[in-house]
Amino acid sequence: MTDVAVDIRDLTRRFGTLTAVSHLTLAVQRGEVFGLLGPNGSGKTTTIRMLCGLLEPTEGTATVAGVDVRAAPERVKTQIGYMSQRFGLYEDLTVRENLEFYGGIYGLSGAAQRDREGQVVAFLGIGGRLGQLAGQLSGGWKQRLALGCALLHHPPVLFLDEPTAGVDPAARRNFWRAIHELAQSGTTVLVTTHYMDEAERCDRLGMMSVGHLIALGTPGEVARQVGGTTLEDAFIILQEQDER
Amino acid sequence: MRRLWPMVRKEFIQMRRDRLTLGVMFGIPVVQLLMFGFAIQTDVRHIPTVVDDESRTPESRDIIHALENTGNFRIVAYLTGRAALDDAIARGRAQAGIVVPNAYARNLGRGSTATVQVIVDASDPLSSQSALAAAAGVAQVRNLELLAAAAGRSTLPLDVRVRPRYNPGLRSPVYIVPGLVGLILTMTMVLVTAVAIVRERERGTLEQLIVTPITKTELMLGKITPYVGVGLFQMTAVLLLGRFVFDVPLVGSVGLLYGVSLLYIIASLALGLFISTLVQTQQQAMQMSFFFMLPSILLSGFMFPREAMPVAFQWLSLLIPLTHFLKILRGILLKGVGAGPILSPMLVLCGFAVALIGLAVRRFHKTLD
Repeated sequence: MTDVAVDIRDLTRRFGTLTAVSHLTLAVQRGEVFGLLGPNGSGKTTTIRMLCGLLEPTEGTATVAGVDVRAAPERVKTQIGYMSQRFGLYEDLTVRENLEFYGGIYGLSGAAQRDREGQVVAFLGIGGRLGQLAGQLSGGWKQRLALGCALLHHPPVLFLDEPTAGVDPAARRNFWRAIHELAQSGTTVLVTTHYMDEAERCDRLGMMSVGHLIALGTPGEVARQVGGTTLEDAFIILQEQDER
Repeated sequence: MRRLWPMVRKEFIQMRRDRLTLGVMFGIPVVQLLMFGFAIQTDVRHIPTVVDDESRTPESRDIIHALENTGNFRIVAYLTGRAALDDAIARGRAQAGIVVPNAYARNLGRGSTATVQVIVDASDPLSSQSALAAAAGVAQVRNLELLAAAAGRSTLPLDVRVRPRYNPGLRSPVYIVPGLVGLILTMTMVLVTAVAIVRERERGTLEQLIVTPITKTELMLGKITPYVGVGLFQMTAVLLLGRFVFDVPLVGSVGLLYGVSLLYIIASLALGLFISTLVQTQQQAMQMSFFFMLPSILLSGFMFPREAMPVAFQWLSLLIPLTHFLKILRGILLKGVGAGPILSPMLVLCGFAVALIGLAVRRFHKTLD
């Protein structure tokens, strides 16, 4: 197997006359934390949804962990963990019930399921909340639970769509610590964000604007390519261009 | 199919926590049954009646009593003059009026035709019908008695005996309760499933679910399986209440009844799933369910006999699964028939179930667009 975990070529998605993602080409290495940065409406979420098999690409190809998302979207789903922007777990189930449900859905059972749940619970430190209804958790705990449910089946690739929206800074720092630990153990992470401090924590970034990839590289390289000294400058320059 | 069980288990937990929906699902059969069973009587009796007896003779009182004794007319007032009588009916104080003209007894005695007028408020056709029938019945019996007496016979030449089979008392609950089993199953099964998948979509939980390797068959079956149990429970509740509160007989095979009902429940759940694939919001799901429900109530033969409908509507009603299920229900519950006589509606239900499941599976996609 090559060391490319996510290989995107000419990926395009149109909704009617609107082109949400246009001829996107990029490759994410195994074990890399790759950030997709860009203002709202730049096509980040559409890209992730295509990579997860949730949306069919209009043109182009993409492989995730070696699996073609167009030819075998259902096989892709066994290889990935996914966290959507919006909390997607069951608020009327407890933390434990959510974990048990997703464990079952990912094909775990019996002792293997209990072991894996225990590992995930310990990794994310959610042991004290197991009996609580997910709907009653704060943003930070919800996010940890969502990550936990996405990790149960040891996915080689993780897709995180603005995972820290509405989460306080301390919880965000903890979350990113967990992300880097996962990357070190070989998990590939593709994350979207519009927080600059988060973008700085990525190994590499792709910056998107109205569906196009306009810069690609380390955070420093991306800032220079767009024409700012810092990433924040670059982002603001970009947003002003969009608004014009 | 190994992911089916976690899905079913999750649905049960959620169902248990959603007290309101749970209450509605289990409350509906009881409330509907009591409502339909007690309130809806298609045989209208004791309609308020005013009398203008201008004859004031034993003969006139005799014919008035004969009408009253049918049980269809309840005399609320004796008035003087047609104007007062018309006024009482117009104001709604009475729904029928009996006028016995001055010459009634005289004409009767002379052997010429004596007239009695029965005026019925037909703005409500259902209640006027039984009053009209009762009046005509009284007139016929009276005529025959008088003719027989004039001809010097003590017995009548012809005796036709009508036997209402399967519902000898002609009671409404006997007719309504089996239909109600079908109606309640239609209402809850279609609506609940139609809403169930759309709710996941609205809450954002469907997105998380469809990025997992769960197959769409596992997802859909997991969604509907718990409601099969709910449907069977509802049905049992209606049958038991019908049996012990309204004395509705259950003469046929219970096994056959539950077997066919299971088929109907599956068809209804599949219809609900199909609806959920057509709509975006819970509100739309409810609207579509009600759009389907109304013809089910009105055209299936639940309330109004299909035989009375124009032929085009009779054909149309064949497209409604409840029409066929009602034939089966009344057949098993009231007539006690076996599988033979209801084979064709059973096959039609099978067809509906297969077609609706096929449609739902075809329409449902594990993608967001």
